Amino acid sequence: MQKLKLVVVGNGMAGMRAVEELLKIAPDLYDITVFGAEPHPNYNRIMLSPVLAGEQKFEDIILNDLAWYEENGIRLHLGKKVLKINRKERVAEAEEGFSVEYDRLLLATGSSPFILPIPGRDLDGVIPYRDISDTQAMIDAAEKYRKAVVIGGGLLGLEAANGLRQRGMDVTVVHLAPWLMERQLDRTAGRMLQRELEKRGLEFMLERKTEALLGKEGRVCGVKFSDGEEIPADLVVMAVGIKPNTQLAESAGIHCNRGIVVDDTMQTFDPKIYAVGECVSHRGTSYGLVAPLFDMAKVCANHLAMMGIGRYAGSYTATKLKVTGVDLFSAGNFDGDEHSEEIVLNDAAGGVYKKITIRDGKIIGAVLYGDTVDGQWYFRMLKEKQDIGELRGHLMFGESHLGNAGHEGRVQASNMTDDMEVCGCNGVCKGTIARAIKEKGLFTLDEVRKHTKASSSCGSCTGLVEQILASTLGGGYSPKTSAEKPVCACTEHTHDDVRCAIRDEKLLSISETMAFMNWKTPNGCATCRPALNYYLISTWPHEAADDPQSRFVNERVHANIQKDGTFSVVPRMYGGITNPKQLHKIADVAEKYNVPMVKVTGGQRIDLLGVKREDLPAIWADLDMPSGYAYGKSIRTVKTCVGTEFCRFGTQDSTGLGIMLEQAFDRMWAPHKVKMAVSGCPRNCAESTIKDVGIIGVDSGWEIYVAGNGGIKAEVSQFFVKVKTREEAMEYSGAFLQLYREEAYYLERTVHWIGRVGLDYAKSRIVENDENRRALYQRLLYALSGERDPWKNIVESTKKPLFESLVVEA
Amino acid sequence: MENWHKVCELADIPQLGARVVKGKNCDIALFRDAGDRIYALHDRCPHKGGPLSQGIVGNGRVTCPLHGMTIDLEAGRAVSPDEGCTDRFEVKIDQGIVYLLV
Ligand code: SRM
Ligand SMILES: Cc1cc2nc3c(=O)[nH]c(=O)nc-3n(C[C@H](O)[C@H](O)[C@H](O)COP(=O)(O)OP(=O)(O)OC[C@H]3O[C@@H](n4cnc5c(N)ncnc54)[C@H](O)[C@@H]3O)c2cc1C
Ligand code: SF4
Ligand code: FES
Repeated sequence: MQKLKLVVVGNGMAGMRAVEELLKIAPDLYDITVFGAEPHPNYNRIMLSPVLAGEQKFEDIILNDLAWYEENGIRLHLGKKVLKINRKERVAEAEEGFSVEYDRLLLATGSSPFILPIPGRDLDGVIPYRDISDTQAMIDAAEKYRKAVVIGGGLLGLEAANGLRQRGMDVTVVHLAPWLMERQLDRTAGRMLQRELEKRGLEFMLERKTEALLGKEGRVCGVKFSDGEEIPADLVVMAVGIKPNTQLAESAGIHCNRGIVVDDTMQTFDPKIYAVGECVSHRGTSYGLVAPLFDMAKVCANHLAMMGIGRYAGSYTATKLKVTGVDLFSAGNFDGDEHSEEIVLNDAAGGVYKKITIRDGKIIGAVLYGDTVDGQWYFRMLKEKQDIGELRGHLMFGESHLGNAGHEGRVQASNMTDDMEVCGCNGVCKGTIARAIKEKGLFTLDEVRKHTKASSSCGSCTGLVEQILASTLGGGYSPKTSAEKPVCACTEHTHDDVRCAIRDEKLLSISETMAFMNWKTPNGCATCRPALNYYLISTWPHEAADDPQSRFVNERVHANIQKDGTFSVVPRMYGGITNPKQLHKIADVAEKYNVPMVKVTGGQRIDLLGVKREDLPAIWADLDMPSGYAYGKSIRTVKTCVGTEFCRFGTQDSTGLGIMLEQAFDRMWAPHKVKMAVSGCPRNCAESTIKDVGIIGVDSGWEIYVAGNGGIKAEVSQFFVKVKTREEAMEYSGAFLQLYREEAYYLERTVHWIGRVGLDYAKSRIVENDENRRALYQRLLYALSGERDPWKNIVESTKKPLFESLVVEA
Repeated sequence: MENWHKVCELADIPQLGARVVKGKNCDIALFRDAGDRIYALHDRCPHKGGPLSQGIVGNGRVTCPLHGMTIDLEAGRAVSPDEGCTDRFEVKIDQGIVYLLV
């Protein structure tokens, strides 16, 4: 089949990202030709500032080298500008009379710096800041001259000024507004930033209007202001804004309105022509940061590939300044209006300023200076339009990273030196992460995880890694909320999409689901298959097929895999209660199978560690105890204290209720593991306040707490409801667990699920709605009915192929 | 001398699953994909020696159960950006019987 012809105009970040996305999903659909006005392969424009500051070389910031174009069969025309589009004949005409036919055209022409229309703007030594040739011109000037003036105190101007200062020039920043970065910062934060930059030797002239640039022998020698004052200058950098490059589109009669107007599929008014990047105007907005461009590129590729799904609905953007040691963050509408309110923390001496703007109980904007740890947290709530409700009182104090383990309790990346460890699981330092982001052109958390391993194991350092990403990419980083993210790279669909399809279409197997939802890989991967399997069996208990090959090894062999490939065996001891007979059996088994270690776990039971896979079924048979599910996304333990049985303070029979709960729910699969506890009085010896469901006995009944967590990040549970009887405690706990089973995303613990949907929501479904609570509880009991103990199942089955090794026959 | 040895029936290996063969010198993992192709790799992850046979199989790859490295079954090599490889062995299926060249 003849391939279709795709011509891309603009060899920059948005255009090439669209091509990369297209190659991923439809590698053979198009013959691709790319025109780039610059004489270089695609590079990471946002890293021009580190190049200017001398922290990196141009070679380091190339994103797609020439070999990449060649490997992908892309015809690349460098240093050739497209001058005309003939839409009738479908031909793009470039410089030197070169023309190429197209079936689809992609415009990714970016934008151009705005040059003030003042006398002297054409003098030598007056340059904008947009590309590598501008950057090189500044580097050269810094070697010959002393005095630089930067016009414009926005992001680009300040990064230019900082770079030139680091190259030894005397730099004055001239700015029209009364404070720096007035579109991203309020007055207070702008002033704090100015003070910090002054300490580094930059000078500022605010509220000054430049009237003319003065020249001598064709080169700039000074700047004149409207009040008549003149200052000397050997180099003038104009950083007063950008305007989308629309000339080409306009000359071809394509509708433009400041940018090239596109719809939500990135199509222009000519259906053969698409546009992405800074050159477009989408729903009236043009963007100047990379995060939105990447979202556009993805949607555009999908439509170029003729898959026809995916809409670009606009982006929220956040700002960071890429000047080492300056810590600021801003997002949304921080100025507010007459209907909004503000929470402000201003510690001038400590150099910390935070302002959060709120309207109708939702965050609409934030400015942070000096401490931006919680920037991504606020930004996420802003994007999700989350009701801050009860969080209000805590907002200023942050997401409480205090319980985070594994990096010496550090929460602020900007205070860490390059050799400090960020990821305690994989031993990755801050410098390694920052270097990888710059040199390998990483833009997302997932990419950093893949390339450096940081934050890829327990995830407790995710906040730190996000801060490093945000400060290295200068707002080019936009965290995705879990509701926005596709399940994995095998699909475009989110967890919610998948759950709805399984429920609404009554899908009963993984292959059916993948076929219905157009999965991109033939049989998924280790991320999506276990998730699909869980969604199927939890939505259609007793009907959907449980697929062992889609379960992680632990759940497939009903034991925990260990570092040397052996396994551990943890039998149930309901409520942590045992007896001499059980202990005898455990001791006998440990001796008979030479179990290397017998350990009392943190969950009140006994673990036999280092068991060979082949021995598992025999050990289970000898033990004749139920599986403790210590390996599963399922109920783990119900920890109890002694309670009224023996304790002098006990008000309730905590062991009794604990055993009841564990026996009733013990074979329950869940999105993640579930831990419960019952304490007999508020002394709380069973640590009920850090459990998914924790119950505390008081004289008048039982208090139920939910969504606690004692692991990677300690989280205290929240009060849910108080009940009188054990039966009620069972029903409320069971209904809560069933709601979690039905609605949480796979691998989301209760604390993260409640964080996403809000405790009030769970209360409205369970505490305030008796009928719904009973229905939930009934659905849980139905799902659990007939579930057999997995160990017994295997012991009694005649075939145990998973456990035995094969031998080569002679 | 290497020879073809009978190992098991195709049906003994679950689709999108694996079995372990006790080899002379090492354990060998036999993987079966959705199209019933069999791949044989040294049952040792290049990262820290995890048993690849216990991983999740899909899309021509296996994901190591210990720390999640993904290995291409055909090439016996880690999928980029990870690096490392594990030995491959020749296998064939003849009339529903799986043979290994060892
Ligand atoms: C055996 C035990 C340690 C011990 O000797 O005491 C243990 C061992 C493991 N824990 Fe744990 N955890 C054990 C109690 C805990 C507890 C304490 C508790 O349950 O009271 C916690 C904190 C409480 C909590 O979960 O909220 C705990 C928090 C974790 C976490 C972090 C979970 C989180 O959401 O933050 C992980 C990692 C995970 O699940 O992804 C983990 C994962 C693991 C794994 C399964 C590692 C893995 O993924 O392979 C360990 C298996 C070792 C092995 O080879 O068998 N373990 N783990 C404890 C078993 C209890 C039981 O009887 O079932
Ligand atoms: C110094 C600097 C620092 C920045 N820092 C950040 C930051 O920290 N974070 C962030 O998110 N963003 C930052 N940005 C913005 C970011 O770089 C841009 O948003 C992004 O590069 C835009 O991508 P694009 O593909 O739309 O345009 P570009 O990357 O500009 O690509 C457009 C390309 O098309 C070419 N072209 C134009 N017309 C034609 C034609 N007719 N024929 C052929 N070729 C043509 C141009 O020469 C150019 O190479 C920064 C920008 C600069 C200049
Ligand atoms: S048992 Fe838990 S805390 Fe200990 S090393 Fe394993 S995962 Fe970490
Ligand atoms: S041993 Fe396989 S990923 Fe670590």
